[in-house]
Amino acid sequence: MEYSRSELMPGVFLSHLCSDKFKTACMSVNLLTQLRRETASMNALIPAVLRRGTTRYPDMEKLSARLDELYGAAIEPVIRRVGEVHCLGFFASFPEPAFLPKGEKLLGEMSGLMAQMLLSPVTRGGLLLPQYVDSEKEKLLDLIRSRVNDKRSYAVQRCLEEMCCYEDFAVSRFGSIEEAEGIHYKKLTRHYRELLRTSPVELFYCGQAPLAEVEQALREAFAGMPRGEVDYDIGTEIRMNAVEAEPRYYEERLDVTQGKLVLGFRLGECMEDPDRAAIHVFNALYGSGATSRLFLNVREKLSLCYYASSAVILRKGLMLVSSGISFEKLEAARAEILAQLEAVKNGDITDEELLWAKRAVASDLRAAMDSQGELEGYWLSQALDGLEYSPMELAELAEDVTKEDVMSVARSVELDLVYFLRGEDGAESAEDEEAEDEH
Amino acid sequence: MNIERHDYPGIGETLYSAVLDNGLEVRVVPKKDFSTFYAAFATNYGGACRRFTVDGKQLDTPAGVAHYLEHKMFDLPNGDNALNILSANGADPNAFTSSGITCYYFQCTEGFEENLRMLLHFVSTPYFTEETVQKEQGIISQEIRMGEDNPGMAIYYNLLQMLYAHHPIRDRVAGTVESIAQITAETLYDCHRVFYAPSNMILCVEGDVDPETVCRIAEEVLPKDKAPVPKADFGEKESLYPAERFSKAEMEVSAPQFLIGAKLTPDHGGPEAHRERLIASLALRMLCGTSSPFFTRLYADGTLNMDFDYEVDASAGTITFILGGESRTPETVLQAFNAEVSRIAAEGFDEATFQRSKRASLGARLRALEDFDNVCVSLAMDHFDGYCSFDSFDLLEAITAEDCRRFVQEELAPERLALSVIAPKTREAAG
Repeated sequence: MEYSRSELMPGVFLSHLCSDKFKTACMSVNLLTQLRRETASMNALIPAVLRRGTTRYPDMEKLSARLDELYGAAIEPVIRRVGEVHCLGFFASFPEPAFLPKGEKLLGEMSGLMAQMLLSPVTRGGLLLPQYVDSEKEKLLDLIRSRVNDKRSYAVQRCLEEMCCYEDFAVSRFGSIEEAEGIHYKKLTRHYRELLRTSPVELFYCGQAPLAEVEQALREAFAGMPRGEVDYDIGTEIRMNAVEAEPRYYEERLDVTQGKLVLGFRLGECMEDPDRAAIHVFNALYGSGATSRLFLNVREKLSLCYYASSAVILRKGLMLVSSGISFEKLEAARAEILAQLEAVKNGDITDEELLWAKRAVASDLRAAMDSQGELEGYWLSQALDGLEYSPMELAELAEDVTKEDVMSVARSVELDLVYFLRGEDGAESAEDEEAEDEH
Repeated sequence: MNIERHDYPGIGETLYSAVLDNGLEVRVVPKKDFSTFYAAFATNYGGACRRFTVDGKQLDTPAGVAHYLEHKMFDLPNGDNALNILSANGADPNAFTSSGITCYYFQCTEGFEENLRMLLHFVSTPYFTEETVQKEQGIISQEIRMGEDNPGMAIYYNLLQMLYAHHPIRDRVAGTVESIAQITAETLYDCHRVFYAPSNMILCVEGDVDPETVCRIAEEVLPKDKAPVPKADFGEKESLYPAERFSKAEMEVSAPQFLIGAKLTPDHGGPEAHRERLIASLALRMLCGTSSPFFTRLYADGTLNMDFDYEVDASAGTITFILGGESRTPETVLQAFNAEVSRIAAEGFDEATFQRSKRASLGARLRALEDFDNVCVSLAMDHFDGYCSFDSFDLLEAITAEDCRRFVQEELAPERLALSVIAPKTREAAG
């Protein structure tokens, strides 16, 4: 799989992966901008409004009909937060010619349609349509409010917000209710035009078409893109230490039957010059996956929970451990989660478990080579960090990680905040008490 | 044993199939240029298979046994755990239990043959003690609790409870904290012996491997005997109409969540059922897919948002149509749906829409082939229903717009539908 990177226009970069092993090709366009409280909701709203209609296909019915004609090709809005960089745009996928009845090539048509969506929305008097803006604004508000529906991810988000309350990272990729409510179509149009002029743009393609063909299709499609002075001054601030001397504790109550515990950590000084492979291996060994310390001890040995796992947010230097437990097991679970980290810090690591962790990391990275979605996300992150090694190369680095490397990451990690979601008063049920009697 | 080769040049795939002497079905889809291997080992036994007759004795097992068994299968007699062994070997193993089937699977990039042996070994090696069975209760109780706080599951089971008067599909696959308390090591041994016979199972593999190797390993690891398997008893035939038509409950959600559903006429599997199911899926794409007038209109006027989906789920002898998402006014969605059904039943689908939708369906099916998990699990489920998912591409060609109209008219009349709603909690005034 051949990777190459080129600048098509000022500040417009293409990452191209040539591969003939997939049945569909994929393509994405991302505008990059700094994640900020004041603009996050506007940023999040833009792709959704643009997806409502273009000058040529002015409403969803016409646009969908066109995509159906193109063999169910998809172009979906995508809003991501990579560290404190807000990435907004579209992800497209469409069948490769070899699998279509007449061998139709869709690359040109799809490049055109994606560019049209980004650059030529249906407007009136040069402004985005107020009915589209208002309608998408309501849906964005629904989406922001709906985060409470999944308690597991809600608890993780709340922990991040509290932990990073002095940092932009506390801002969700969809922004906040307050900011979203204040959006007006004129203001949004101005913001959209500004982003088009000044944002660095990352294009991605993975499929059978060779580089020259893709470059030509995208150059033609994006020829009309307004380019001003490109703002490259975007990035992520990494805080090395916990906010207070002692870990903070934050508790919230909702009508739930299971408690959600989330421990928020700073990866600490290892982020000065992060050894990505070592951090991934540490995370695998400590808490992600079925051979990890957390799974084997918190779940299998002590039966405290159905899930207990860690996840690393590398670009922001954070690690989160989350677990679903009975309310009264808070202390037991917290103590065990921290005890396992302590053990890793002290080098209480067998050769076997180190090998397992390295294999798990390497295997995930190799499997990423078989998924276009994974590849797109991987290369976008690499582009943001100015790095060019492939998942295969990172897999090899992971296999060389030593016990000392892992210990050194563990020693650098610092607990910052403990978040606990529990039931409303009097919600402790009879079963919980029985469960406690067993121990 | 005879390995058959089936070529699908249109989609660039070759499928090998075989039946071993012990009755195990095997499917292999070779993938030359990929590092990923995927194997799914499934039994035609799920949460709804609770009552059956074995050795002249009728067994009535508690809700949640199939799922409990799935958890406990990973324990090996020497005290090891197969999940840990596979993970330690770099594989990513897991399992799921639905109403109709239980499926164990792993994905890996190295050591495939060793991992395949372990998968086949642990699923065919029951080992339970009262102590290990007891210990799992803590974990599964937390899983059940997690499900109780999940509005998506609440709304789904509320719907099934309305649609089905007594079919066991109406109960949660994981059971309840009370029902799983009745499960003993003996229950698990009984169910394993009866339903995990190779003749009730299928092994589906995708990756850079040849079918002979897969069959040889399966023959070496699995029991040699071909055992007969009893049919699960799902109770008397259900009427086509829902037992109840409307339910509403309150939970910690931001906006009302809803599902509209219908029991579709059960089929008997086989190629004819395959065709009927494809007709249903194409008809529903046109009726309520994201490019349908029904959806685009309700999306534009704010009644629906992107949190919207529909599906047809065939499981444990039932076929259920479900459509749902989030809406402030679920009743409006139901009215609009009824109006659209009656319009299509009368007018049919226009030819341009029909041709476009066929193309879109082809593209969606091609995209689904990229996903190893989806390919292997579909091959397994579709086999239990007597057909092969790779045949969909050819069958789709022969479907007509009139077939689709007929489906809408015959299966989706207003009296066939039920509406399940989970609304945000109304809180008492502060004080």
